[in-house]
Amino acid sequence: MTNDSMTTQMPAPRFYDLEEHEHPEGGSTMLGFWIYLMSDCLIFAVLFACFAVLGGNYAAGPSPRDLFDLPLVAVNTAMLLFSSITYGFAMLAMQAGRSGLVRFWLAITAVFGLAFLSIEIHEFAGMIAIGATPQRSAFLSAFFTLVGTHGLHVTFGLVWILTMIVQVGRRGLIAANQRRLMCLSLFWHFLDIIWIGVFTFVYLMGMLR
Amino acid sequence: MTTPSDVSPILGKLTLAALPLDQPILVVTFAVVAAGGVALLALLTWFRLWGYLWKEWFTSVDHKKIGIMYLVLGTVMLLRGFADAIMMRLQQAIAFNGSEGYLPPHHYDQIFTAHGVIMIFFVAMPFVTGFMNFVVPLQIGARDVAFPFLNNFSFWMTVGGVILVMMSLFVGEFAKTGWLAYPPLSGITYSPDVGVDYWIWALQVAGVGTTLSGINLIVTIIKLRAPGMSLMKMPVFTWTALCTNVLIVATFPVLTAVLALQGLDRYLGMNFFTSDLGGSAMMYVNLIWIWGHPEVYILILPLFGVFSEVASTFSGKRLFGYTSMVYATVCITILSYLVWLHHFFTMGSGASVNSFFGITTMVISIPTGAKLFNWLFTMYRGRIRFELPMMWTVAFMLTFVVGGMTGVLLAVPPADFVLHNSLFLVAHFHNVIIGGVLFGSFAAINFWFPKAFGFKLDPFWGKISFWCWVVGFWLAFMPLYILGLMGVTRRMRVFDDPSLQIFFITAGVGVAVIACGIAAMLIQFAVSILHRERLRDVTGDPWDGRTLEWATSSPPPEYNFAFTPVVHDLDAWYDMKRRGYQRPLSGFRSIPMPRNTGAGVVLAALSTICGFALIWHIWWLVGLSFIAVIVTAIVHTFDYDRSHRIPAETIADTEALRTQALAAAE
Repeated sequence: MTNDSMTTQMPAPRFYDLEEHEHPEGGSTMLGFWIYLMSDCLIFAVLFACFAVLGGNYAAGPSPRDLFDLPLVAVNTAMLLFSSITYGFAMLAMQAGRSGLVRFWLAITAVFGLAFLSIEIHEFAGMIAIGATPQRSAFLSAFFTLVGTHGLHVTFGLVWILTMIVQVGRRGLIAANQRRLMCLSLFWHFLDIIWIGVFTFVYLMGMLR
Repeated sequence: MTTPSDVSPILGKLTLAALPLDQPILVVTFAVVAAGGVALLALLTWFRLWGYLWKEWFTSVDHKKIGIMYLVLGTVMLLRGFADAIMMRLQQAIAFNGSEGYLPPHHYDQIFTAHGVIMIFFVAMPFVTGFMNFVVPLQIGARDVAFPFLNNFSFWMTVGGVILVMMSLFVGEFAKTGWLAYPPLSGITYSPDVGVDYWIWALQVAGVGTTLSGINLIVTIIKLRAPGMSLMKMPVFTWTALCTNVLIVATFPVLTAVLALQGLDRYLGMNFFTSDLGGSAMMYVNLIWIWGHPEVYILILPLFGVFSEVASTFSGKRLFGYTSMVYATVCITILSYLVWLHHFFTMGSGASVNSFFGITTMVISIPTGAKLFNWLFTMYRGRIRFELPMMWTVAFMLTFVVGGMTGVLLAVPPADFVLHNSLFLVAHFHNVIIGGVLFGSFAAINFWFPKAFGFKLDPFWGKISFWCWVVGFWLAFMPLYILGLMGVTRRMRVFDDPSLQIFFITAGVGVAVIACGIAAMLIQFAVSILHRERLRDVTGDPWDGRTLEWATSSPPPEYNFAFTPVVHDLDAWYDMKRRGYQRPLSGFRSIPMPRNTGAGVVLAALSTICGFALIWHIWWLVGLSFIAVIVTAIVHTFDYDRSHRIPAETIADTEALRTQALAAAE
């Protein structure tokens, strides 16, 4: 976008770009998606803030020590981190132009994502079964909402991964699909980063409360 | 709380009892709105305009058309919000000496809530977004926004919010909580009806649109500026638009989150903001104002940009202190994030916290004051033309300074303890919002209308509207300052002390004068359309403008600029005129433009249906419409072919017509 004619003040400057370069299609997509992710990050920031303020309000109900099963959460974390690695492999395959391999790694990523969600649902179900429902205390409202919102994002990520598997299958690694894969990559790694925050802040520090 | 037995599996909580047939005011309003609506639909059908509207407007991804649609939406909702204002003023003027007035509490409380919500979300926001949409791409020499489809979708989400709010008038009820719906009042225990749910989902649907539109405009400004337009050569309006959209993206997610949490409390019985089981209502108040305070700067900043453009254009001078103007804007953007607690000094955060927020609040007046001096110095020794936009600007400067100073008074915590929730506060924020946002919007409408439609607005009716608004504003709100100082609190329906009545009557007269101003404005539009040939401008530059939007024809062609302008100076168009630019007459190339699509309308309609179903607990429809939103969005992504090319011949023909028009004008 920079132009060399602005640097010199010629007597009769050029006022119109006669040999127009077109903006490449989708040239703004990554920046736009990045800003969207930052806005999503703020939603999580609010949920984290709520957990920080309300997370100690057990209302004479169960506390993190009564509820959290750290080994299970560790397995869960591993699932999500593995999925990030496999997504990385998908992106490497994309750079290499191998669309079949991209779809393979996307599928593996989806399996890990699904495993993560299943473990999370199992964990939630166990808590609800012993009466630790989201309604029980402000701590549990904040816990279920923060972790659940992350889970909801992972669910949408899964739907997106499946969509991309189909779209890469139909169209191959055209520029538009590469752009979408890169956005999804940002999204998926973003969820990882949020999860690191959840893991540390909710689970580990919760046990120390 | 509604027990499951009250909820039908088919219609949820929706029954015939939801229709307010026992309230004559609402029945008459409904009859009038319905008759007007039917008449409008009949006219559109009679003149066979549906196809035209659908093809040329509703599905359009053209930023100019979307901007105009935002402004139409804002104008329509201004009438609705103002109707609420008249009703409140009338009630308060007569509810003395034992009289209960004419509005029952149930209705009155909905009116003051709806007035605030509508005026902020569905009048001021559409105005501001509309101006930014229309003007920013033209000012930076771009052909459209970065994400044209998203732009169309954002607009229709805003419409979805409007539809839900309007629906609450006749199906069920609106919130009775005040515009920010503080818990525990807005919790399910004290507001078991659907009013707060209407509020939540109307704002949630519209909020998605606002956030996306914010992202869109930031990327547009960062990525699509004409060659040579460095950040410090960007027109001030574009600068303020950039800051505003940064604020939108940085705050609307907070609103989305806090509405969702309040929804979880209400729908699933969670305990974020309840009074028991560890919930904290203070948390809600903090969060909503972390969004709410930047929101008022989201509204005012673009209008500061408008005033800068207007002051410079109509003084025939370069803007005084451009750099300081930019820095002041950025300072305000940052500071607006650090003042939210001044909305609840009385909550008891302690002296240190209150002092911090009191001081940051006062500090904001410094960059704002710098701006005022810049406008004054721009006018100083300029050749001022008192056209309508300039008149609104001067009225703004006089009015806004008073509003700003009463704001600084309120920023002093001990003073705030006296004035909190009083009519002094009500007078203060109307002083800045009407004197700043609305006056600015009217300046902008009069300024850019010829760009949008190719003819000026009639100055005679414009001046009548101007004087009615300005005089009406002072009459309507100065009495409220006095009442507030005497300790009268806001949102009261009846009064005991008869000595107060004269102030409320004066305020009522003021509102009547403002009503004349609104009527004169509508007449101004009608008269201008009737006399459009007399008011026609073929040059595209009716005010001797300075920025790039005046470099193209009025209305601009779909592609805005046949050749992208190259920028050498802050006032790019003025520079081009001064140094004898040559408009290229040949060598046109085809231009790729985004294709229109109905996907935005469909997605927004489905989201609105989903919101309605959530409000009435119609769970099957919630599920169905939600899945439909997801499926539609995915199907839309399978459409890869989203642009078309305008052939070079078409552009050559369009530009040749302009060449002829320009030659004829000389």
